[in-house]
This record gives sequence, structure tokens and C-alpha cells, in this order.
Amino acid sequence: MTTVTNGVNVQALLEARDALKEAPEAAQFTWRASAKWNSGVHSTIKVQSFFGLGQEQSHKEESVFDADHPEVFAAEDSGITPIEYLIVGLASCLTAGVASVAENRGIQLHSVEATVEGQHDIRGILGADSDVRNGYNDIKVTFTIDADASRQEIEALVAQSQKRSAVFDALTNPTNVTVEVA
Amino acid sequence: MERASAVVVGAGHAGLAASHFLSQRSIDHVVLERGEVANSWRRERWDSLRLITPNWQSRLPRQRYEGQDPDGYMTAGEVAEFIERFAKLSNSPVRTGEDVTSVRRTDDGYHVTASHCEISCRSVVIASGACNQPAVPQFSHAVPASVGQLTAFDYREPGSLPDGGVLVVGASATGVQLAAELQRSGRPVTLSVGEHVRLPRSYRGRDVLWWMDASGVWDQRYDEIEDVARARRLPSPQLVGTAERATLDLNVLTGMGVELVGRFAAVRDGHALFSGGLRNALSLADLKMGRLLDTFDEWAATSGRGAGVDAAERYPPTRLPQSARLQLDLRSGEIRTIVWATGFVPVYSWLQVPVVDQKGRLLHDGGTVASPGLYALGLPVLRRRKSTFICGIEDDAGAVIGHLAGYLAGQSPSPAGLPATAGHDRPPELAR
Ligand SMILES: Cc1cc2nc3c(=O)[nH]c(=O)nc-3n(C[C@H](O)[C@H](O)[C@H](O)COP(=O)(O)OP(=O)(O)OC[C@H]3O[C@@H](n4cnc5c(N)ncnc54)[C@H](O)[C@@H]3O)c2cc1C
Repeated sequence: MTTVTNGVNVQALLEARDALKEAPEAAQFTWRASAKWNSGVHSTIKVQSFFGLGQEQSHKEESVFDADHPEVFAAEDSGITPIEYLIVGLASCLTAGVASVAENRGIQLHSVEATVEGQHDIRGILGADSDVRNGYNDIKVTFTIDADASRQEIEALVAQSQKRSAVFDALTNPTNVTVEVA
Repeated sequence: MERASAVVVGAGHAGLAASHFLSQRSIDHVVLERGEVANSWRRERWDSLRLITPNWQSRLPRQRYEGQDPDGYMTAGEVAEFIERFAKLSNSPVRTGEDVTSVRRTDDGYHVTASHCEISCRSVVIASGACNQPAVPQFSHAVPASVGQLTAFDYREPGSLPDGGVLVVGASATGVQLAAELQRSGRPVTLSVGEHVRLPRSYRGRDVLWWMDASGVWDQRYDEIEDVARARRLPSPQLVGTAERATLDLNVLTGMGVELVGRFAAVRDGHALFSGGLRNALSLADLKMGRLLDTFDEWAATSGRGAGVDAAERYPPTRLPQSARLQLDLRSGEIRTIVWATGFVPVYSWLQVPVVDQKGRLLHDGGTVASPGLYALGLPVLRRRKSTFICGIEDDAGAVIGHLAGYLAGQSPSPAGLPATAGHDRPPELAR
């Protein structure tokens, strides 16, 4: 394999995979976010701590996000809408996947861009039509990739990144969600 | 108590091939079979089943197909006869009706308990099959009682199902074959498709499995495969054996009116929920098929064996349904029956030796199990890609029994570097 430098430490990931095969308990992670309502439909979300490898962990710094709705929804637009955060997650997860798979396959990347479009019929959330669902009806991701690889290899990269993507799985497969009052 | 050097569990083609090589080496042994010879072909197959491998590929040690139709595909009954003949010709010491209920380690070997006998032996060959039981997801329990459920073991023919819609789960050889015949019987079929292996029935004028065999892809050894765990999990290819040598991929099924949905992920409030990742499952299979055909073309060009085959061809991508449904109300009456074609698992409940992992898989290195004197045959990619198939047993059994003989003789060759004692890399009939 030629040496490529996409900046992904694939070796560490492969070692982690082998180690966690023997120790499935350490592979159990808990991701957390906490939201605080400001006013209107504006809230502020903070993310820092998580749990994994058998102990409490922390990001280097706390990340703060604002979620609101645009003015066409008669809101203040102090941040992006919650459903946009979903496609932020999808785009970044698939892009990270492309880089990791490329590194592992010895493919040098020059540029990777992903644009995501989620089709959303808002009659669902407004309760205007009970046959329309609340969430996305369809999501389309388009990758533009410049790499030292054939078109077929690039398509295979993108396919493999979907196969191993946490967010792709979370969006395409059902997940149990429990919401309760503390 | 009865003693033997070796006990073979199971009289399918794998156990009988082991017996053949044991006899050849004059190692005294018995083959214990809970049912009859070739039991799985007699009891565990649906009526219309034909092999997906062509007749000329049905080869066992010293036994070849000798009928009139080398390019045809055997029925299950014909396979049973073929294996029965092999058992007779090799004079295999088979005892039928002997269900092995326990194999325990002793000081100098193993203690085998079966229905009517107890045998103390130095070595055991596990040839009890890789497909003893259908694998059905846990959430099948949540399917409403109004919907009938069948596995590939219970299913015989379309007429035994009520009229009305059928949800076939799984798109391996079993799933696509059952989906096609159920759809033809007038029962509208929805096929749930996860990861699958797409193949054309013939490529450049030859059976696609001729290519697998001749190009050496099937001969690839387990210790040369980058991700052997993955190779061992691979579902069977979408193939069917028919007189017309017809391809049976998802495009063909869609053309027949079968509706495709994504992987069956859960049952919630009486609804079947399917993955929205169908498009990627289809692309992955298309890409993989493309790469395999590239390998064949390259081999044809460089080996000089391309003479006499037709020109290279490529197939249209799998058509994605307009909008694949993500859920289906199982209480609406649309689906009367679910057919689980979700693969098979082996059963080792009788094996009292700690050589099975948490997922129920036997731990072995090319057929040498991690307990001295214990061996396995007939598992996917046991030693080569072709291990699962009838034509793969000769090499595997030759090598594994070679190792076993060395063990009995007091040598202990390293498991991974198993020399191919009786097997040979290229069976001569490849020259056909
Ligand atoms: C649906 C299907 C289609 C297939 N099609 C093809 C094909 O087209 N071409 C091809 O080459 N291969 C095909 N195969 C793969 C393979 O050839 C078969 O699985 C074959 O049956 C494997 O042979 P075996 O001897 O390893 O196991 P089996 O045939 O399953 O034989 C194992 C034997 O062990 C016995 N047994 C199990 N447990 C015990 C016990 N505890 N005590 C005593 N006896 C026991 C069983 O009764 C059985 O007779 C197919 C497999 C399946 C499931």
C-alpha cells in the first residue's frame, strides 16, 4: 500500500477494533447533550461530557449550539432549526467515513465536499394533514470528491462510508426513544 | 466400552468425505448420523430446490457426475442419491439413527454419547453441518398472531401458504428463489433486502460458477483472505438452477412485480419497519459484482483462458423502487405470511468442549479446532472460499484428515500452516 496522508489514524482505529472485540463492555458509549430553553422556540444546547471505555470522558472544550427557527416561521432565527442539526450530523459522519475508508484503502484524497438536502413537508409538524409525517420524507447527499482513484473506487468509498456510518444508521433504522419527565 | 481412533459426527457429504480419507489411511472410525445419509437434502429443503452449482461441479473424492446433463442442476433428491452412492462406494462405516447427544473431553481423547452407543475415541470430526437451524431475528415474536410465519425449513411449496400477500425476508439464494415462486403462484410478494450478493447466472457465455472455479477465486485460502470473518458471514449468491440458466437478481424480481423494501429492522405497534438504507445495499452489491467481473476479465486476459468465451459485458444497476416503503401495517391483512429466509446457524448444544464463541461459532483454524484431536469440516470458508460447496470438500477433507492422521501418529504440525496433504491446489478437471 502506498503511504497516504488523509490525516486519519486508521492504525489506532484498527487496534481499537481488535481490543474491543475482546472487551465489549468498554465499547459501550453514552453521548450527551443538554438543552436549555431561552424564549420563544430558541434554546441553547451544550455538549461536553460523555461516557466510554468504562469511564467518564470529556471533550477538550464545551461546545455550545443555538437552535431556533427562521423568520419565515415567525421566529427570531437565533440559530439553525433542530432538523437541520440532523443533516449536519449526517454530512459530517459520512465525510469522516469517506476519509477513514480512503486512508484504510490507501487512497489519497485532495478534496471532499458533501451537500445534503432533506425534503421536509411541514404540514406534518403543523398538524395540517395527518397523512404527512413530521420528519424528513427524503434525504439526498451529493459528494464531490477529488482523489487519486477511479470513479468506481470513489463510489465504493462512499458506499462503504454509509455502511459504517452511525448517523446514517440512526436515520435509516428505527431507534427506541424514551422521553420522560424527571 | 467401544473404542475407535476417530468418530465423525454427521453423514452429509462432508462427514462422508472425512470417512473416505480416514479409510484411505486405514484409520478405524465410525460415522454417526442422527437421521439418514444426506439427511439435510431429504428433510430440510423445499420441493422445487435445485442446486445452484452445475452438475459437473458436483464432485466428491473419486466420484464425478456422470449423467447426460453436465450443465444442469440437481434436485435435492438427486443430490441425496449422489451422496448415498458416494457412501456406498467408499464403504463408509455409517450408523444411521444415532443422534450424538454429547462429546466430552477425556484424558486421552473424547467420549461420544449417541442414541444407541457410547464410544471412546482419540479424535472427533465435526461434520454436523453449518445449517442446522434457520436464524430468525428476535423481533419475530412481536409479529401479530394473524400473520403466519415460516422458515426455509418449514416451507415446501407455495400451495401450502394461504392466498394473499407474502413478506419474504432476506435476499440470498433462498430468499430470491422463494420470492420468485411465491409471486408466480399469484401471491403478491414484498421482499425485504439487506446485504446481498448479486451475480448473473452466466457470464460471457459460461456459468458464473465456472468463472469462480476456473479463475481460482474459489481456491483462495482462508489465511490469504483479508477479512475472513466477513467472508465467512457472506450470504449465498442470488442464483437459481434452471434449464434456461436464467439470472434471478432483484431487477428480474422487480420485473415480475415483486416489491422491494429495505432490511427488516423491527416490529413496532404491529408495523414492520424497514431500513431506509436500501439504496446503499443495492449499490454495494452492484459495485461488488462489478469488481468480481473485473477480476474475471483480468484473469481471462492474462491466463489465456479467455479464448472461447464471449465478449465482456456489464449489467444495468439494480433499479431502486420509486419510493421504497419504510413500514407496513401487519394487521391490515395485506401480508398473510412472513417467510424468514434470513440464513442458517449450526447447533453445537451437544458439544461439551469449550470451543464455541459467544455467538455460537466454532473456533477453528482451517478446520483444526482449539482442542487436540478435534476437527471440523463443512463450515463456510473453512479452508477456501469454496469450502461451503460440494466441490470444496475434497481439498478440505484431505487436508484436515491429513492433520488428524499426523496427530494420531504423535506429530503435531502447526495448525495454520497445514500442508495440503491429500488435497491438491488445482483439480485436473479444470482443464475441461
Ligand atoms: C438451501 C441450501 C442450498 C444449498 N445449495 C448448494 C448448492 O447448490 N451447491 C453446493 O455445492 N452447496 C449447496 N449448499 C451448501 C452445502 O452443500 C450444504 O449445506 C450441505 O448440506 C453441507 O453438507 P455437510 O455435510 O457439511 O452438512 P449436512 O448436509 O447438513 O450434513 C450434516 C449431517 O449431520 C447430521 N447431524 C447433525 N447434528 C448431528 C448430531 N448431533 N448427531 C448426529 N448427526 C448429526 C445431520 O443429520 C446431517 O445429515 C446448500 C445449502 C443449503 C442450506
